[in-house]
This record gives sequence, C-alpha cells and structure tokens, in this order.
Amino acid sequence: MNHSQAADKFNKDFDRTSWHDETLWWVRQKRDRAAFAIPEWEELRNTASQIKHNVLSNLDTYLMEFEKNAKANGVTVHWAADAHEHNQIVLSILREQGIQQIVKSKSMLTEECHLNPFLAENGVEVIDTDLGERIVQLADEPPSHIVMPCIHWKKEEIGVLFHKHLGTPEGCADPSTLTLAAREHLREKFLTRRVALTGVNFAVAETGEFVVCTNEGNADMGTHLADVHIACMGIEKIVPKRKHLGVFLRLLARSATGQPITTYSSHFAKPREGQQMHIILVDNGRSRQLGREEFRNSLKCIRCGACMNTCPVYRRSGGHSYHNAVAGPIGSILAPNLDMTKNADLPFASTLCGSCSNVCPVKINIHEQLYSWRQVLTKSGHSPTAKTIGMKAMAAVLSSPSVYRFSGKIGRLTLSNTPFVVNNSLNPWYKQREMPEPPKESFGEWYKKNRK
Amino acid sequence: MKVGLFIPCYVDQFYPKVGIATLQLLEKFGCEVGYPANQTCCGQPMANSGYEHLTHDCNRLFVQNFADFDYIVGPSGSCVLHIKEHLHTEGEGEAKATHIRQRVYELTEFLTDVLKVENLSAHFPYRVGLHQSCHGQRGLHLSQMSELVAPAFSKPEKLLRMVDGIELVQLTRRDECCGFGGTFCVAEEAVSARMGVDRIDDHVKNGTQVLTGGDMSCLMHLEGIIRRRELPIKVMHIAEILTAN
Repeated sequence: MNHSQAADKFNKDFDRTSWHDETLWWVRQKRDRAAFAIPEWEELRNTASQIKHNVLSNLDTYLMEFEKNAKANGVTVHWAADAHEHNQIVLSILREQGIQQIVKSKSMLTEECHLNPFLAENGVEVIDTDLGERIVQLADEPPSHIVMPCIHWKKEEIGVLFHKHLGTPEGCADPSTLTLAAREHLREKFLTRRVALTGVNFAVAETGEFVVCTNEGNADMGTHLADVHIACMGIEKIVPKRKHLGVFLRLLARSATGQPITTYSSHFAKPREGQQMHIILVDNGRSRQLGREEFRNSLKCIRCGACMNTCPVYRRSGGHSYHNAVAGPIGSILAPNLDMTKNADLPFASTLCGSCSNVCPVKINIHEQLYSWRQVLTKSGHSPTAKTIGMKAMAAVLSSPSVYRFSGKIGRLTLSNTPFVVNNSLNPWYKQREMPEPPKESFGEWYKKNRK
Repeated sequence: MKVGLFIPCYVDQFYPKVGIATLQLLEKFGCEVGYPANQTCCGQPMANSGYEHLTHDCNRLFVQNFADFDYIVGPSGSCVLHIKEHLHTEGEGEAKATHIRQRVYELTEFLTDVLKVENLSAHFPYRVGLHQSCHGQRGLHLSQMSELVAPAFSKPEKLLRMVDGIELVQLTRRDECCGFGGTFCVAEEAVSARMGVDRIDDHVKNGTQVLTGGDMSCLMHLEGIIRRRELPIKVMHIAEILTAN
C-alpha cells in the first residue's frame, strides 16, 4: 500500500483522525511554548545546524577520533556498512555470550535495520523496554512515531492489550494502573537479562563517550543490570566536543515534547568492572546520502520528531502510512535514499507547506528536499507512466499560448454545458469538493474587450 | 513605473474577477499596468509534481512576456514564489530571468513594500477570516509563521485593517496548511480534503462570514468544500476585498 492508499484508509474513521490530529497538535503547541520561553531559540537552532555542518564535513575525522577515545576507554568498537552487517554483529556478540534473551531501549536505528525480526529468526527474544515500544511490540506493530511509538493507540485499547498480555483487570484503562503493570512486567526482564541494547542520541568525538536520552530511565535500568551493553548508532550521531551537548540537549526535548530536557540524559563512557561495552557504528546508506549534495543536510537530524508533530499530513495519515521506520517529513527525505523504488511515493506525501523546516531544531530544509527528491525520483524513472503522460500533455498545452487559450475555453464550456463529464467519481477533486463555477469569459478575454 | 500583470492560469480561466480587482488596485495606485496576452502558466504544476524538466517552454514564455517590465505582480503567493525560486532559461535569457526573479512580487507585498500603501478607501462590513497560504507566508514571508520565535507581522492583515467596517476573525490555528498542495489535492485526495475540512471548521467555529486569502488555488479548494457542504461562508480573494466599496 502506498502512502495515499494508506492515508485514505486512515481517514475512513473521521473521529479517530480528528483525535490523532489533535493529540499531535497538542504536542506541537507544547513545543511552541517551550521554544518561545527561550529568547535565543533561533540562535540555538542556527548554532546546532552549524555544528552539524562541521560534523558532516569532517565526519571521517570525528569518527576516527571517537573510535580512538572509545577504545582507550575500554569500549569495543564495531563498524557496520549496512543493516545486515549491523544485525550480524549484534548476533555474534550474543552468540559469544551464549545469550538468547535481551532487553532493548528505544533505538530507531535498530528499527531501520529490522533487528527485532532478524534476532527472532535466530532464536533471540528481544524485549523492548520503552513503554510505548513495548505496547507496539505486544501488538506486533512497528512504532508509528520516532519519539512516541504508540501515539496512535488510545488508552482504552492499551487496556485491552494489557489485559490480554499482562493480566490487568478487564476494562481497566487507567494510565497509572496500566503503567504500573508494565513496570512490574519489565522489572522481571531487567533483573534477568544479561545483555542490554540501547540506541545513541549523541556520541562525543573528544571523549569517546555517548549519551542516551530517555524519559523512563529504561536504558539505565537495562544497562546497569546487564553484563554486556551494546550501543547501536548511526555514524551521523557524532558531535565534536562535550560542550556541544549543551546546545543539542536544550533543543532536543523542547522540540520533541516541549520538556526543557529529557528526564534522563545518561552519559556512557566506559564499561564498569566486569562489564563489556560495545558500540556499533552503522553506515547503512548514510555515506551515500552524504555524497548527495542536495540531501546531505538530512543527516543533521537528531530524531526529535518535531516535523511529524507539526506536519498536517502526518497528523492526518498516521505514522504507518509512511511504511518506513522513520515516518513524516524527515522520513520522506531519508527513505528514498534507502530504497528509491519502495519509497518513491513518500516525497509526494506533502503539500510542501514548509512548517517542518521551520520547527526543525537543526534547520534541515526538509520541504525543499522533498521538492528535490520529486525531481530525482521522476528523472530516474520512478514515476507512474500515466502521470508522465498527463504531465507531458499539460506541459504541451501550457507551452503554447493559443493552445492554452483554446483548451481553457473548451474546459470552461464543458463545465458549463456538460458538467457530468467532469463531475463524476473518476475525478478525485469531485469526491468531496465542487468544481469552480466556470465564468463566461477568461480574464484574458475580458482584458481584450475592456483595456485595449 | 511599468508593472507587468501576471495572472496565473487558473485565475485567468476560473476567477477573472480576481484579475480585474488586481488590475484595479494597481491602477488605483498609479501603476502603468501591462498585461502580456501570451502568458500561460508559471510551470509550477509540473515542477511540484517532479517534472521541473518539462517547464523549459513555460519559463521561456514567461521571460518573453515579462522581461521588459520594472516589476511583475501577481495575485498568488504560490505562483510568484515558484517564479522567484525556479525561473531559469538557457543562454542569453538567463539575465532576463534573473531580472524577473528579483522583480516579481505577490500583490499584497507589492502594495505594502513597493507602493507603500497606507490608505485604501475600501469598505467591507463583514467578519473576515484570513487564510494564510503557506507559499506566501513561509516562502515569501508575507507574514510571520507560528513556528519561528520571532516578532509577529502580516502584510495582508495590515492591508485588510485599512478596510472600513471589516472585522478580522482570530483563528484557533492561525497558519495551518489547507491541504491544496497542487497535484497533492488529487494524488492524496483523502488527506487533502480532510485538511480543507479542518481549516473551514476553524473558520466556522470562529464566526467567519467571508474567507479570504492571497492564493486563489487554496481558496478554490476551500470553496469547493464549502459549496459541497453548503456552508454559509463566502470565499473572496483579498484583492476583491481591498477594492470593495
């Protein structure tokens, strides 16, 4: 199903679409309040964008610096060219330990690499410990949002799900009761799993440390109790110096949820005694994107999700309609890099309104990149033939003033005299909208009579 | 001051009264207005659909039609933005294209920034809801967007406030996209229509009698929904209100 078809299905439930839209708009408003409380907000965005610019221009140097410092801290550093290599590395670490059960805190990279199904196929049980992720995992669904994975679920539905899987009382939809049940359920996992996997929000080249931001402390619960910590990060997550975290941590949570900072911003520098710490540095198309000049700035993304919350299309089509680990506007400029054929529809799932670019804390020109991806996808043959024929015909009409005037007249006459030719179910415009009422004369015709 | 009147194709064909109101406004403030009869389209419908490479002929025509004017003014933020960002031609024409890109204005910004209009002598005693079209607002910066931590301003609103008897409606979401989006309106019909429905609902709830804006394309989409739902809201382009008496 492409985005348009999935969105059509999503919109069949009018009230649910309203609820989804309003829920995310509420988050956008929280972001606004947090941003407007910081007078230097725009300067912060500029600074963050420029720090990332420097990172992307010197990525190789910073990665090597990071590797050197992380190794000196006693961390094992792995390099993965793609998702397959990443998954294999995780599996080999687990096999070495003889482990078949792990806990995992939120990591969109592992979603991108489809790590969970890969490990399941190889006999490893993964428990997602972020509450939202655990909910979608129990429901056997991917997250629909990078920050709020189960934002598309209502509390009553979670009550039903927990009743089935965690034994909460039937009909219970009280968030505190449900959260408590999840805590108890997860506590047993934390206490018994020997390997914990986390994502990485920022990795500091200067010190070799990395930072994981969560609100639930689940990354800490997992890693503090485990003998082995595996951290998976995209190679673009590097910041040069520790002091730069001051810029990004101020922006991240405010942009994401309107909080001044995430509840936990945990720094991991070295394994504690007797513990193993692994970092997997994953490329998976990032170098390719870095080489695409028009699209390289998409790698500045810090995964705050602000562009999704503000996107009027995302709010009314839901994260799953983007059929990619990262949904919304940012997903739509990242996904074609991963697979042009599969994701050719995504850059078109936007009105190019530009709201995304202006909430983006690292100032990625998202809507301009959506426009550019449209050109790239069309030129590389990823456009439907019927559309190409239609566009060529349109271009031919608009290239000739006389043909244009003639066609316009015919069009208006058709609408006036035989409206059924246009006003029917084959015309998507007409499904929920009236066609404009055709005037007797065009402006050009009026002008000729009245001004010359 | 020689002003080239740029009337976008769909305005020419479906909303001649918007073209007439635009012409009247420019003439009222002393512009020497010319309307090149051979203009067609800015090329945006193809370009936004991923076919910018099919817009060469539209670009060539646009340069032929408008290169000789001091200013080029159109009643559509979206079409003006497209010209400003994407009008290029090969060879000698490029200097002319550059001249046009630098001198093309959306109607309301031309009135406030170039003609420095302070007085309109228009009268329109209705509750008016202004739809901020995205390309005008976020692209041409006709008004401040709600996303930025920056001082508020609005060129179209400034003009509307010069109209006698007008009452401007405050919307709950003051600058959300209406969902038109060019070919998006048919390619993503469900989301497009839903966005339009929600925008109109905001106007209904806040008591809009007349819905206006600087982009007839957004208004055409919203009007289509209003008429289908038989809602008591009239849709008018801002030029029609600024010339109302």
